[in-house]
Amino acid sequence: MFTTSKRIRMATGAIGTTVILVLAGCGARAGDDTAAAGASAAASCVDTSGSTIKLGFLNSLTGGMAISEKTVSNVLHMAADEINTSGGILGKKIEYVQEDGATDWPTFAEKTEKLLTQDCVAAIFGGWTSSSRKAVKPVVEKLNGLFFYPVQYEGLESSPNIYYTGATTNQQIIPAMDFLASKGVKRLFLAGSDYVFPRTANAIIKLYAAKLGIQIVGEEYVPLDKDDWTSQVAKIVAAKPDFIFNTINGSSNVGFIKAYYDAGLTPAKTPIISVSIAEEEAPAMGHAVTGNYASWNYFQSLKTDTNPKFIQSWKAYPNSSGVTSDPMEAAYISLYLYKSLVEAAGSFDVNAVNAAAKTHTITFDAPEGKVTLNGKNHHISKPGHIGQINADNQFDIVWASDKFIEPDPYLEGYDWFPADIRKQLVGAAG
Amino acid sequence: MTKLKPWPSLRGIAGLGGIAVFAVLLLAVAPVVLSDHWINNLGKYCCWAIAAVGIGLAWGRGGMLVMGQGVFFALGAYAMAMHLTLETAGDRVPGFMVLYDPLAPLPVFWEPFRSAGFTLLAIVLLPVIVAGILGYALFKRRVKGAYFAILTQALAVALATLISSTIRETGGDTGLSDFKFFFGFVLNDPANKVMVYSIAAALLIVCLLAVWQFYRSRFGELLVATRDAEERVRFLGYDPANVKLVAFVVSALMASIGGAMFVPIVGIITPAEIGAAASILMIAGVAFGGRASLFGPALGAMAVGWGQSSLGSTWPDGWTYILGLLFVVVILLLPNGLSSLPARFAAIRRRPAEQPTPAIVVAELEEVRS
Repeated sequence: MFTTSKRIRMATGAIGTTVILVLAGCGARAGDDTAAAGASAAASCVDTSGSTIKLGFLNSLTGGMAISEKTVSNVLHMAADEINTSGGILGKKIEYVQEDGATDWPTFAEKTEKLLTQDCVAAIFGGWTSSSRKAVKPVVEKLNGLFFYPVQYEGLESSPNIYYTGATTNQQIIPAMDFLASKGVKRLFLAGSDYVFPRTANAIIKLYAAKLGIQIVGEEYVPLDKDDWTSQVAKIVAAKPDFIFNTINGSSNVGFIKAYYDAGLTPAKTPIISVSIAEEEAPAMGHAVTGNYASWNYFQSLKTDTNPKFIQSWKAYPNSSGVTSDPMEAAYISLYLYKSLVEAAGSFDVNAVNAAAKTHTITFDAPEGKVTLNGKNHHISKPGHIGQINADNQFDIVWASDKFIEPDPYLEGYDWFPADIRKQLVGAAG
Repeated sequence: MTKLKPWPSLRGIAGLGGIAVFAVLLLAVAPVVLSDHWINNLGKYCCWAIAAVGIGLAWGRGGMLVMGQGVFFALGAYAMAMHLTLETAGDRVPGFMVLYDPLAPLPVFWEPFRSAGFTLLAIVLLPVIVAGILGYALFKRRVKGAYFAILTQALAVALATLISSTIRETGGDTGLSDFKFFFGFVLNDPANKVMVYSIAAALLIVCLLAVWQFYRSRFGELLVATRDAEERVRFLGYDPANVKLVAFVVSALMASIGGAMFVPIVGIITPAEIGAAASILMIAGVAFGGRASLFGPALGAMAVGWGQSSLGSTWPDGWTYILGLLFVVVILLLPNGLSSLPARFAAIRRRPAEQPTPAIVVAELEEVRS
């Protein structure tokens, strides 16, 4: 019989040897010429031989974001049903695999990898928070997959593997600021959730406010999962702003609205302009929010040729919430946009789709109007709208951009956005 | 005092044999039979299993309900993530920092993590120091039971909140992600993915060997004795605080190692992975598998991880209920986890006529010894 220490030494030796063998057999190192080749070595396993094509839907069906993302998931199902009824994509019926992101960013990364490598889907649709998109991004880039992201976000990003059908900052934040300037606002307070979107959006707002001559009289953040806004709202009262710019996301809005009315603030004297309260959220605030504003591209109240049919289909769809809103409309666009891209490319291949985005003019008659894909930055043109909440929790359109706004995620067309910051950002992203 | 002798060597050999089989399965069989996706998932389960082995030591053998292992998991994970972020960023300030404050420099505490050596040292020393100070303060004051559990849990909540609210320094709620390199290796390369997995699996085996040796040693006896009758151990002239401190520090170290490997395998770390819920899920896996046994904690953690990936896909809405139900069933019927099942069957076979209650007791006793 061996002594204990001998046994341990033998075991450690065996494991050590294994590790060394594994290390010896491993792949590319930084700086290798093969490094790039290794990255793109993952061959696509998408099966295009049958009469169906697999697509992945990745939404949080559980956890804190489920309340918002279930709607996106549902409208994607509706769009898939519509496309299947009208003949599918390139003649193939959509067969979707629904995955739950569970409001957990590593889960989004894991499920993206699963959808692309196990289920072999041709493209993935979903995500809501910027954090979930940032978790998905490295995975789709590594595996050369496609991800369609349907929610307005903070911009300053572009990826060959992501298509953004929600607004970037120059289609939502900047129109909101233009609207505030047109109202003669001089003192603005920024209130947001403490994560990537509000932080970045507010950095941009501050830069543009300086140009517009609007003074930022305060800036407060509360974590996404915290609902108590009492002390922050007290600071708002003390700062006496003309307007509050609200970049709070999710249920934390309920706490903010409560603290706002409890502190005696009113839409008549200190209105709020929000970028994440839409038709779905407005009735859920626990307090009438009539008179406050929101900046979106799509509102249910928009008068376009395609909107009535969209609203009608949605109301008739099982488990539907009954009202339409901007993020779900953007999700609806994303599936149709993908259909147009694939049909322009004549193929489901990712590189062919990306090439078609550059060489073809891809448009879609969306409920918000006819949107056009920008093949270079993978965003779409959108109209800017400001709505004021009425007693029915619908939005009266009080301001509209004079034309569709071209997407400009890096704000290259805006001279007030410092070039050195853009350079830093592009460098950091690369 | 005959009881304080090491366990019979036959049992020890059986444990070692089990570890050997486990090592062959993880290091030789799994990379051949599993797809890249499942290897990556298995690697993730291995990281939780490494932390779980430590929990088994501290809780199963030592009786300390460590409800905040996320803290130590975070120390390893964030140390590793900071290094990998800097390795990816090169000379630049990491991208997420530029977003929040475009022209500010790198925070001072990030600077040393450029060094691979410092990072590896930090992964080992940070949890040892933190757990050492914390454990010393708590055990010398004889803080135990529910108070100890609540305190550790509160620390996990506090750390998760701190990370969430320091978005520019730590990535906040979004976390740290998008790592391109792992100590010079390109992470996207499938061969390197297998390598990273193998390191995690090998570390798990090393941790199992370590606790196997612990459990057979006099220290292991002392630890169990401290768990079951702390006062008696004290009267015998030992300081239970020191015994518990060693077990607590070792479990913290294992959690940190698990966290460190979690980062290159999963590719992202966020406060949600280290907070209260994550810490409880780690405990849950250990309870499920059998907290006092050699393999129970690791297998339980891996089973819970697998359940999350696979049942979570099949029934997204139902999976948490399934998990909850499983725990209720296991806690009620098998208080020592699934790994006590064989011993329980054996006991039932031996005494078919008796009531089930003694069988559980026998199973428990068997379990503690194995």
